[in-house]
Amino acid sequence: MQKGHTEVLYGLYNDEEILLDAVRQAKKDHLDIMDVLTPFPIHGLDPILGLAESRLHQAGFVYGATGTCTAFLFMTWVFTRDWPIIFGGKPYWSVPAFIPITFELTVLFAAIGMVVTFYVICGLGPGVTNEVLDNRITDDKFCIAFQTNGYSDDQINNLKSFLSNTGAEEISTKVL
Amino acid sequence: MSAIVSPVRKPLITGSKSYHDITEDLVSPTEKTPNSLWVITFLMSISLLGFGLFCIAWTVWNGIGTWNLNRTIGWGWDITNFVWWIGIGHAGTLISAILLLFRQKWRTGVNRAAEAMTIFAVICAALFPGIHVGRAWVVFYFFPYPNTRGPLWVNFNSPLLWDLFAISTYFTVSLLFWYTGLVPDFATVRDRATGMRKSIYNFLSFGWTGSAKHWQRWESLSLVLAGLATPLVLSVHTIVSFDFATSVIPGWHTTIFPPYFVAGAIFSGFAMVLTLMIITRKVLGLEDYITIEHVESMNKVILVTGTMVGVAYLTELFIAWYSGYVYEQFAFFNRALGPYWWSYFGMMFCNVLSPQFFWSKKIRRSLTWTFFLSIVVNIGMWFERFVIIATTLARDYLPSSWSYYTPTWVEMGIYLGTIGLFFTLYLGFTRVAPVVAVAEVKSILKSSGDQYVGPNATHAKQHGAAVDNH
Repeated sequence: MQKGHTEVLYGLYNDEEILLDAVRQAKKDHLDIMDVLTPFPIHGLDPILGLAESRLHQAGFVYGATGTCTAFLFMTWVFTRDWPIIFGGKPYWSVPAFIPITFELTVLFAAIGMVVTFYVICGLGPGVTNEVLDNRITDDKFCIAFQTNGYSDDQINNLKSFLSNTGAEEISTKVL
Repeated sequence: MSAIVSPVRKPLITGSKSYHDITEDLVSPTEKTPNSLWVITFLMSISLLGFGLFCIAWTVWNGIGTWNLNRTIGWGWDITNFVWWIGIGHAGTLISAILLLFRQKWRTGVNRAAEAMTIFAVICAALFPGIHVGRAWVVFYFFPYPNTRGPLWVNFNSPLLWDLFAISTYFTVSLLFWYTGLVPDFATVRDRATGMRKSIYNFLSFGWTGSAKHWQRWESLSLVLAGLATPLVLSVHTIVSFDFATSVIPGWHTTIFPPYFVAGAIFSGFAMVLTLMIITRKVLGLEDYITIEHVESMNKVILVTGTMVGVAYLTELFIAWYSGYVYEQFAFFNRALGPYWWSYFGMMFCNVLSPQFFWSKKIRRSLTWTFFLSIVVNIGMWFERFVIIATTLARDYLPSSWSYYTPTWVEMGIYLGTIGLFFTLYLGFTRVAPVVAVAEVKSILKSSGDQYVGPNATHAKQHGAAVDNH
C-alpha cells in the first residue's frame, strides 16, 4: 500500500490484559486485524494473533556458519597455500591455533547478519520514518488497528462497536 | 500479565508505578537541562580526557621512550590498564546476556547502563594496544589485508592477533546488542519530543512503531544475541589471558589463567557497575528502579567472583610450590615478598578480603558500604594486573637484567585520560538516552512492581491467580 492511502481505524486500550482479551475476541469474530502496536513486547500475544514463529535464529545459524567457514578456510589457505611459515615448530596447518579466530568470526558474522536482517525485514533503519498512529503507543497505550480501505459504513461501525465493547478507551481513524 | 510469580519474590520496581510513570521517570532526565553537578563532573572529565590526549600525542611524537619501559619490562601500565578496562567491560555483557538467558528480572534495572559501560570501557581498553606499539600510524598492520609485501599475512597463530579479533568482535557485538535494545526507547523519546529534538530521535529510532511482529523479532534477536554474547564474553577474557598464558614466562605460563581472568573480569565489572549506578540512581532519582534488591544481587555476584579469584590466587601459590620448579616458585615468592610486595598485599586485601564483608546482609544492603567496597575492588583488580605484569617482568631469568619499574607522568597521564574518556562518554550517555531500559522495565512491571508483589501489594491478579495477596 502506498503512503497516504491506508485508511486505519484503531482503538487504544489501557492495559495489556484487556488488549489480549480483545484480540482473542477479534479472532473469534473473524475480524482482520492489521496490526497490534504496544509499548513493550506482550508475551502470549503472538499465538493469539496467529503470528508464525520468527525464523531469524535460523538465518543467524547460516550467517554464523558462513563466518566459521570464512575464518577457517582463509587461515588454512594462507598458511598452507599462499605463504606457508613454520611458527614454533608446529605444522603449517595447526588447527588448534585457528580455533579462537574461527570462533570470533562465527559470532561476528552471526551478530552482524542477524541485526542487518532484522532491520531489513522489519523495514526499519536509519532515515526510515513510519507514521505513528498515536504518540502514546510508545508510552502506555495498547493499540489494535484495522485497515478500512473500501469498507462500507456498516462494516466500519461494526469494527467501532467491537473496539468499544472490548474496552478500548479511545477510537479514532487515521490515513497512513 | 499472568506470569507465575513466587509470593516470596521481592518487588524490583517500587512506588506503585504505572506505565506512564515509568516513561516519565526514565525519559525525563534526557529532557531537562543538566544540573550544575553534571556540568562540573563533565568539565572535570573533559579536562582529564584533554590531558590524556596530550600525553598520547606526546608519546606518539617523542616515541615510546617517554615511558619507563625497558628490557625486560616491555609491558607496564599500558597493558595493565588495557586488561583492567577490558575486565570492567565484562559485567555489562554478563548482565545483559547471561542474566537474560537465566531470566533474571533484576537485570532490566541496570542492563542499559551496564552495556553502555561495556562499550565505553572497551573503547578505553582498545586505545592501549594501539598506542603501546609506538608507531601508532602503522597500527593497521594488525589487520590481515591484501598488501604489497608478498602478501605477508599476520600471524594467525599468535594470541596477540586472537586478542585483536576478540576485542573487535566484542566491541561490535556489544554495540549492536545495545543499540537494538535502545531503538524502542528512542521511539518513546521521539514520541514525547517536538521540533529539532523530534527529528534527531526520529532518525535514531529507525522508524520504530511497536508492531507486534517487530516485537516478536526483536525478542528473538535479543535472545540469540544474548546466546552469542555469552560464550563471546567468556572467550574475550580467556583470549586476553592467553596473551600471558601461552608465553613461557614463569608466573604467566599457567592453565588456570582463563577461568581466573574471567572471574576477575566479572568481579571488577560488577564493582564498576555499582560505583556508577549508586551515583546515577541518586543523581537521576532512579531509586524506584534500581532498588536495594538490585544492589544486593550485584553484591552477591561480587562476593562469589571475589572468592573465586581468591581461590585462584591460592591455587597459583600451591601449584607453584607443588610443581617443584624453582623458577615458578621464585616467581611467586618474588610476587609476594619481592620489591613489589605492596602491590601483592594490596591485591590480596582488596580482592580477597574486602568482598568477604558481603557475607553480612546488612553490609550487602548498605549503599555506603557498597560504594566504598566497589571502589576498593576496582583498585584491587588494577593491582592484580599490575602484579601479574610488572612484578613478573621485573625479575626474569637473568639477574643482570633485573630492574624496578615506575611509570612516568606520561603513562599516568594516559591512564587518567582514559578515566576522563570513560566518564565523558558515560555522562554524555545519561543525557541522550534513557539510562534504564524503559520498555523492558514496563514488561516486568506486573510481575515485579510493588503493587503486584511483596508486602505492599494491592492489586489481586486477574488471571491465573498466581499470587495470593491476602
